[in-house]
Amino acid sequence: MTLLDVQDLTVEFPTRRGTLRAIDSISFSIGTGEILGVVGESGAGKSLTGAAIIGLLEPPGRIAGGQILFAGKRIDNLSQDRMRAIRGRQIGAIFQDPLTTLDPLVSIGRQLVETIQTHLRLSDRDAKARAIKWLEEVGIPAARARIDAYPHEFSGGMRQRVVIALALCAEPRLVIADEPTTALDVSIQAQIIELLKRLARDHGTSVMLVTHDMGVIAETCDRVAVMYAGRIAEIGPVVEVVRHPKHPYSEGLMGSIPSLEHRVARLRQIDGAMPRLAAIPPGCPYNPRCPKVFDRCRVERPGLLEADATRAACWLYDKAAAHV
Amino acid sequence: MSDLVLEAVKVARYFDVSKPWLQRALTGGRRTTLRAVDDVSFAIPKATTLSLVGESGCGKSTVARLAVGLYEPTSGSIHFEGQPLSAARAQASLRRRMNMIFQDPYASLNPRWRVRDIVAEPLRAFRILTSPRDVVARVGELLTQVGLTPADGEKFPHEFSGGQRQRVSIARALSSAPDFLVCDEPTSALDVSVQAQILNLMRDLQQRLGLTYLFISHNLAVVRHMSDRLGVMYLGRIVEIGPGEEVFRTPRHPYTRLLLDAIPDLEMVGKARTPVGGEVPSPLAPPPGCPFHPRCPLANDRCRVERPGYTVAGGTLVACHAVEEGRGEARGYSTSAV
Amino acid sequence: MSAAHKTAPGAVARLLDSDFVYAYRRSPIAIAASLVAAICLLAALLAPWIAPHNPFDLASLNLLDSFKPPAFLAEGERAFPLGTDDQGRDLLSAIMYGARISLLVGILAVALALVVGISIGLTAGYLGGTVDAILMRVADVQLTFPSILIALLVDGIARALLPREMHEALEIYVLVFAIGIALWPQFARTVRGSTLVERGREYVMAARVIGLSSPRIMVSHILPNVLGPVLVIATINLGQAILTEATLSFLGVGLPPTQPSLGTLIRIGNDFLFSGEWWITVFPGIGLAMMVLAINLLGDWLRDALNPRLR
Repeated sequence: MTLLDVQDLTVEFPTRRGTLRAIDSISFSIGTGEILGVVGESGAGKSLTGAAIIGLLEPPGRIAGGQILFAGKRIDNLSQDRMRAIRGRQIGAIFQDPLTTLDPLVSIGRQLVETIQTHLRLSDRDAKARAIKWLEEVGIPAARARIDAYPHEFSGGMRQRVVIALALCAEPRLVIADEPTTALDVSIQAQIIELLKRLARDHGTSVMLVTHDMGVIAETCDRVAVMYAGRIAEIGPVVEVVRHPKHPYSEGLMGSIPSLEHRVARLRQIDGAMPRLAAIPPGCPYNPRCPKVFDRCRVERPGLLEADATRAACWLYDKAAAHV
Repeated sequence: MSDLVLEAVKVARYFDVSKPWLQRALTGGRRTTLRAVDDVSFAIPKATTLSLVGESGCGKSTVARLAVGLYEPTSGSIHFEGQPLSAARAQASLRRRMNMIFQDPYASLNPRWRVRDIVAEPLRAFRILTSPRDVVARVGELLTQVGLTPADGEKFPHEFSGGQRQRVSIARALSSAPDFLVCDEPTSALDVSVQAQILNLMRDLQQRLGLTYLFISHNLAVVRHMSDRLGVMYLGRIVEIGPGEEVFRTPRHPYTRLLLDAIPDLEMVGKARTPVGGEVPSPLAPPPGCPFHPRCPLANDRCRVERPGYTVAGGTLVACHAVEEGRGEARGYSTSAV
Repeated sequence: MSAAHKTAPGAVARLLDSDFVYAYRRSPIAIAASLVAAICLLAALLAPWIAPHNPFDLASLNLLDSFKPPAFLAEGERAFPLGTDDQGRDLLSAIMYGARISLLVGILAVALALVVGISIGLTAGYLGGTVDAILMRVADVQLTFPSILIALLVDGIARALLPREMHEALEIYVLVFAIGIALWPQFARTVRGSTLVERGREYVMAARVIGLSSPRIMVSHILPNVLGPVLVIATINLGQAILTEATLSFLGVGLPPTQPSLGTLIRIGNDFLFSGEWWITVFPGIGLAMMVLAINLLGDWLRDALNPRLR
């Protein structure tokens, strides 16, 4: 069942030098209990996609086209107040830096109880019980004893768990996690990944996991969207995209990741850099760096085309053209 | 011994992180010492790469700074080309043979300087070239060598992308024709496709110029790609050090195994793994005995009180009582959970 | 000018296209303030050539011209647009020459404070430790005294030490020193703060690795990166310095009537305020207020425009 359906979403930033299109007509959906990974280089638009969905685009950024459907209803055109009610209750958010999300002057128990009571009609006692339940759920030892502690009394990994508990305590149906493990050490990262997977499995929570780390995506997600220059280059089941990438960019990306299992003399590298928003080339945005580029790529922009088990925005997979 | 470029013997570096004197006097606090690096020994033969890997706070960046003389060791000794490091750094002819590449491509270049002046700085500082024309020619050469163009020298750092800035940083590091480079997380601020460019460039340069690297990273996959020898650090100590291939193939220290187990990897797609528990304790209050014992599945009473020395195991040195005693070699552990 | 063009092609075009100029062109306050400041500056600089009279030329003064009201009043004369003072000096000319002296003292005092403050701030911030502790405690102690008090003190010492004629001749430098010394701690603190941030950056470490000396790193690497906020404070402090000079002159410890600054003119006029000759004090007052307000508004705008957080 589809929980989130993003259709032709476009996000623009008006600047004095003209309007920059940071996200250009992207479409994807997330099913109930599904974990969708969104991966890409910095500036590819992956974090903005998350921000647009939860209605937290930094002005002057704005949704300039398309629509976002959550459980069948449009949420991209809601007022700030209506959106605030959905945030937390229906859609939770986890950000990279746990310190900026937590109020340093309020105990974590208080923050959890307040969040719970904002969204659910619960007595103080029930709300507190629920807070403790969620702290235990995210793996904080001795949750009952530590509920009155302040954020600075927790280590980095524990703080990120508290942030996750805060995002989940109202039991939202969708969680948007933006680089939730980037600031953490590998051993804690593994624990957080495990936690996200368990949520999807046990509670049917849908997760949109935004990260630049392909390894995290590979281990966590069911499906993955590879973003490039504000567009989706390829989307499909994670096993397929990792093992048999179809878009030349995803292919280059997978090849450029050094492997733990075996050592190679040279890494596959993609020459050049992602274009700046102000200078995205016509046609396929990847064409100047693409080893398989042909004339059509330089003029006509490809949409997502069926490519075996995945869909890739690449003219190599245009079956109509192949017949001509 | 003559082909060792850098040799560190029992190096320690402590930092006084006490609160200011007045505050201490008023609140009755004590002096606190951070043992960032404790009893660390390693040697780097010419034209090879030694990597140090570990989680944040393990002291690897402090080792990087000790190795180029930005910090003085609290105890122990560091030798560069057979001479004590401080003596070597006092001579311009030896000092110019070492340099450093930094992590943050945005902070490592002076934003007010043009790239040509940034790259030329070591040339001028060491008076390697004096005529302006020679400097311009050499800077152009260096920029070409790292994959930029001589015309890029006219630009300011903010006009470049992260990967290009890191190339500028490498050009600067190479300009005094050094043979030893300390690389402190040179790719951790870069996107993977750019990381591949920079790692390839560094390997090419090593082969072409016979460079010796001390490579610091938290990313095991990157380290595996780059290193001849590998040291794993935990709370200021090297817990395991040996040939890179051997450490990866047969990790012996429980912490090395934990790290290898924890890293998400493309090969693991669709598989489950056993989660690891715990996190690094504060380096201000390291546990007694073996610093890893609170998280170690093999810990016993000896580990809780006695600090392990090094045991030779194969080609590696391991600081672990369990390895020394031969316990838990196989039980309850596999390098990658299936 | 042409040499600069050769080394930096399009530098002017780049400046005109920068966010800074863009912000300026969109701020009416900045434009108005800089216009007023420019008029004041030009009037002061060009006073010897454009002022209708020379108030320092005793030969041209005529006591019969004294206490003439401004030209727009019934008894005014067109030769003296803003009237004359007790000695028959044309007020407009006196204000222009006075602004010249006020600005000169202000700019020199701020320049002195800049040099002292930047050197101390850089040294304290870069070297840290005991040097930092001592220098900054000195600055703290000085900050607890109002700057006017320090200026009075310095001026008093100079008066006691120097013979009278010499003091009169040197008064302008005594004032510059007194005001400059009163202002340096602010600069030193700002520079020290920014230096502490810059010192930890990797480009400074890169310079240390190749073995550059501390003074060289401070001057060529750190200084260019800490100047921005300092220039903002310098602008705001220019207004403050001019006001301090005016206050001292008004109190009679500043510039003598033979070299009247705006403050001296206001003091002279103050004696006649209640006998009906209001213009002698009001016009220099308006001139002073306009100049300082323009400079302060410009400083405030600079601070906002250069602060990325407020953008």
